[in-house]
Amino acid sequence: MSRTLLIAPLLLFLGVTYLVPLAGVLLQSVTVPEPGLQNYQEVLGDPLVWSVIWRTLRICLFVTVLATVLAYPLTMLWVRGRRPVQIVVELCIMIPFWLSVLSRTFGWLSMLSNRGLLNTWLKDLGIIDMSLTMVRNDFGVIVGMVHFLIPFAVFPLASAMRNMDERVLMAARGIGASRFRVFWQIFVPMTWGGIMGAALLVFVFSIGFYVVPTLLGGGRSVMIAELIYLRIFQIPDWGIAAALSALIMVAVGGFLVTIIRRTGVGSQ
Amino acid sequence: MNTSSAAIEAVAIGKDFGSFTALDDISMTINPGEFVTLLGPSGSGKTTFLMILSGFEQATRGSLLIDGMDRTLSPAEARGFGMVFQGYALFPHMTVEENIAFPLKVQKRSAAQIKSRVAEMIELVGLAGHGHKKPTGLSGGQQQRVALARALAYEPPVLLLDEPFSALDKNLRGQMQEEMRRIHARMGTTFVFVTHDQSEALALSSRIAIFNHGRLQQIATPTEVYERPANRFVAEFLGEINVMPASFTSGMAQVGGISLPLPGPAEGATHLAVRPEKMTLLTGADATAMPCKVTDRIYMGATSRLLLESTTDATPLVLDQPTADLPDGVQPGRQIWVRWAPTDSLIF
Ligand SMILES: Nc1ncnc2c1ncn2[C@@H]1O[C@H](COP(=O)(O)OP(=O)(O)O)[C@@H](O)[C@H]1O
Ligand SMILES: [Mg+2]
Repeated sequence: MSRTLLIAPLLLFLGVTYLVPLAGVLLQSVTVPEPGLQNYQEVLGDPLVWSVIWRTLRICLFVTVLATVLAYPLTMLWVRGRRPVQIVVELCIMIPFWLSVLSRTFGWLSMLSNRGLLNTWLKDLGIIDMSLTMVRNDFGVIVGMVHFLIPFAVFPLASAMRNMDERVLMAARGIGASRFRVFWQIFVPMTWGGIMGAALLVFVFSIGFYVVPTLLGGGRSVMIAELIYLRIFQIPDWGIAAALSALIMVAVGGFLVTIIRRTGVGSQ
Repeated sequence: MNTSSAAIEAVAIGKDFGSFTALDDISMTINPGEFVTLLGPSGSGKTTFLMILSGFEQATRGSLLIDGMDRTLSPAEARGFGMVFQGYALFPHMTVEENIAFPLKVQKRSAAQIKSRVAEMIELVGLAGHGHKKPTGLSGGQQQRVALARALAYEPPVLLLDEPFSALDKNLRGQMQEEMRRIHARMGTTFVFVTHDQSEALALSSRIAIFNHGRLQQIATPTEVYERPANRFVAEFLGEINVMPASFTSGMAQVGGISLPLPGPAEGATHLAVRPEKMTLLTGADATAMPCKVTDRIYMGATSRLLLESTTDATPLVLDQPTADLPDGVQPGRQIWVRWAPTDSLIF
């Protein structure tokens, strides 16, 4: 009882700042400009919306796989490496984590743009003649998002690796299994819960990305969050924007529930 | 199912963790097919020694010969000993069958061979019908059997077991001990078994190595360590014993007001010890028996335990007697006499 009282202010705060605007969005989606489901009809019937949704899904799935796969060896070094390696890796994970997404994205912009550092170096070294196009397309968006999301994948993976019983790995080694076999047949399967948790976290975060796709996609690789922004501030069409938001919310929520039910991630 | 088994020779093995010496000057020879138990209190270095035998840890000093070849520096992978870890260390994502098949797959045996060998091992450890379960669906005793089956499946030359029964209840423990003896007899593999339970060690082993504070106190057959302990620690660790202050002169011991012939040299010794079951109780005075007063009588079923105090110097003693043989008159406060054969005296 006293516990409920203690967290009551927090619940109230969350309710006011989160649920109220959410209710507002849902309400707007069926009332603006007039009551009815016409906003949903229009959204679902618009081929542009569908193409943005597919691109978003495609990019997010790709980013999820890439971020999780890259985070995996990084986490291994962090959790199981020698002490100096651990410290270096920890800095590599924590420092970007503290930098704002905006400065990191501008960093990538100056790195990847046509007259950016990478193109300049490659030309100076004589590896390429023409600038490679690495921004204003899916490539730039993916690079920026993966870089931002790797730390988020690291934490669930680290917790899975830390909870592992070292003796199980010793048992496999003692039997004479090669490092390759121990890694693929024992270590990786034992971190499966962490892998699913990491992928889920990255995927859910990536759906709502706005700054990275806007800057690195440069209007050519539009993702769903940017589309909503455009509908609000450029058209402006609040009803359509609200309907889009509601659809994403339901889709992501449904996806999460299904995955969690299926795999039991989070209960482990 | 006779497998090749290896001989192990440890020569002056030492192990330091930083400035802490966990093992010091351990030498022993383990013959092929032997069942050697490492016995000692918690923290005495048993696991560390087993880890050095397995190759998971490297000795700081000394050397290790396996079948006569120096293997001090070879890693666990190269030794290929079977190992049953404290806590079993089963592969949690694999079924019982997959766990047992894993080492066979590592050895690249044919599918048909693997199948028949897994079935044979499951039968051997009494897990028929559980082959498709995951370890989390098994009881402690069953997990224990899977670990044993997995470690034995690929016929390792040596099987190392670290307190395999410590998580089991008493009944199951007894049952597993019997099975362990049976499996050892059948496989002929060299077993090195760690325990802190002295009765387990006495019941199972061909020889017992007793550890304390990282040093080997004695290695000998169960009878010998029990009957002829090398020092007071071994004597007290292996069961109840009466230790009495004594003085020694030219072949005789003076203890508790009596004088007894000595079984051997007693240079520098200060105590004489006798196991409770070696003592006989007398209700009448006898020049060769020690006068005592009964302080308590504890009924324990088939046997009864008498708590005594020697009349001359009030040394506390215990004496176990079959309840049926104990006269009713032997009650607290009563004066009695205890006698033992001079050859049963131990001198420390
Ligand atoms: N990796 C280690 N680092 C530091 N000290 C250790 C390590 N492993 C064991 N020890 C110490 O060595 C001693 C013996 O440990 P161990 O071999 O596990 O004993 P036992 O198995 O007989 O209980 C203990 O005091 C323990 O704290
Ligand atoms: Mg131990």
